[in-house]
Amino acid sequence: MVLSADLLWRRLGKPLVFAVALLPLVLLALRAAGHGAPLGANPVATLTDALGQWALRLLLATLALTPLRILTGSPRWLLYRRMLGLYAFFYLLLHVTMYVGVDQRFDWPRLLEDVAKRLWITLGFAAFVLLVPLAATSTGRAQRWLGARWRRLHTLVYPAAVLGCWHFYWQVKRDVREPLAYALVLALLLGVRAWRAWRRRAPAPAPAASRA
Amino acid sequence: MSRRPVPSILPSEITAPEVYASRRRFLTGALAVAAASAVPPALAAASTGPVGRELGAHRNAALSTTEPPNSWEDVTGYNNYYEFGTGKEDPAANAGRLRTAPWSVTIGGEAEVKGSVTLEDLLKPHPLEERVYRLRCVEAWSMVIPWVGIPLGDVLRRFRPTSRAKYVAFTTLRDPAQMPGQRYPVLDWPYAEGLRIDEAMHPLALLAVGLYGRVLPNQNGAPLRLVVPWKYGFKSIKAIVRIDFTERMPATSWNRAAPNEYGFFANVNPAVDHPRWSQRTERRIGAGLFAARQPTQPFNGYAAEVAGLYGGMDLARWF
Repeated sequence: MVLSADLLWRRLGKPLVFAVALLPLVLLALRAAGHGAPLGANPVATLTDALGQWALRLLLATLALTPLRILTGSPRWLLYRRMLGLYAFFYLLLHVTMYVGVDQRFDWPRLLEDVAKRLWITLGFAAFVLLVPLAATSTGRAQRWLGARWRRLHTLVYPAAVLGCWHFYWQVKRDVREPLAYALVLALLLGVRAWRAWRRRAPAPAPAASRA
Repeated sequence: MSRRPVPSILPSEITAPEVYASRRRFLTGALAVAAASAVPPALAAASTGPVGRELGAHRNAALSTTEPPNSWEDVTGYNNYYEFGTGKEDPAANAGRLRTAPWSVTIGGEAEVKGSVTLEDLLKPHPLEERVYRLRCVEAWSMVIPWVGIPLGDVLRRFRPTSRAKYVAFTTLRDPAQMPGQRYPVLDWPYAEGLRIDEAMHPLALLAVGLYGRVLPNQNGAPLRLVVPWKYGFKSIKAIVRIDFTERMPATSWNRAAPNEYGFFANVNPAVDHPRWSQRTERRIGAGLFAARQPTQPFNGYAAEVAGLYGGMDLARWF
């Protein structure tokens, strides 16, 4: 029974998650080819925005797995963590490519100025830079090689997610409802972790014995 | 979409060939993106063409650009008009419930002739002109639009502004039942804009009632909107119900919302960046996925006509 459930999560769950996370890109490519809703009058902006939002959504989905594990008591959610995290980075890479390559056409002086002068681009760029080493060390081999440091390194995902939401918030001109919704979700996901950490610490009173 | 009866008018008779060519370029680019998927492009992006009552206007060639105009679909489908939602496609989807007739405009402030005037009476004495203007949005994209309208100055003079009239203030309709976007305080409704009186009297300032020779679609500011082509698009207020002549500089919506980002003058100026993005270049709508951005011109290319209005002014301070 346990074995078959495990197979279900692995053999069925993984391909399913893979397909679902790929779907937005397939739909965008189809739209660019003229199938489905057109990309509209400003296809560059449509694609850049959509890819950035999917990167953020998938990053939040990645961060939702630990809260799901806590709430359901099942560690199986973590089976999808690497895949979703890498997908988030993949969409982010496409988002950055749209901006750097298609919109700004590799105009490096101009791009450097954007990163230096425009705080919302600085934030987005910082989030990207923070996620590069995480994507690079996503393999099992890197995990074994880094040992305990791997876990510490990968806590960079939290500041990266905060920066991503902040980047979105400062990007919109006036209507901040949508970026605030993302920020709220992130706050909830981080809140669950904080709550767990507080609860673990709370019942143990006087002797401040250090935990391994 | 594609199973329609053959139209009696060829799209090529409506849309300029250059626009067609640019659309083709876009489709070609889109195809390249989807090279992996072996499906041919559908005709979904093809023209539906202009609709609405024809107005009968003669083109003012002297004040028109010869650049190819954007397609009807781009001009009427990609709009910033927060009264109908903050997405670019929201106005086209939601503006249908706005009733544009009957319509009247109230004139007030420092003028000898004041009170309410119907749209018909406001327009009657003036022959309609077509003017093809560049439009530069503060968000760093641009279009070329064939407006139909009348010179703003000719209209304003009929109300005999007094010597105390230093500015002209414009107000949009406020009615959340017709303008669902006004249910959210994204901006301080109703939308308000203003010009210095000499700007308002400039021959390029236009009161528009039409587009592509036809009556203005609701999402483009029907029935009456301002077009000030040397300023960022947000100055060109839509669905005007009030015009006031004032002695003091009037409060304007975007300036009130974010004074460090949007000034009263808001002249197109590649040398003065928006605090959050550069204004040096712009993306021309309709140019296609792989088109380069183009440099933004001072006063949106109308410097020869309007730069004199700002002699001696520090345009970085009075942005």
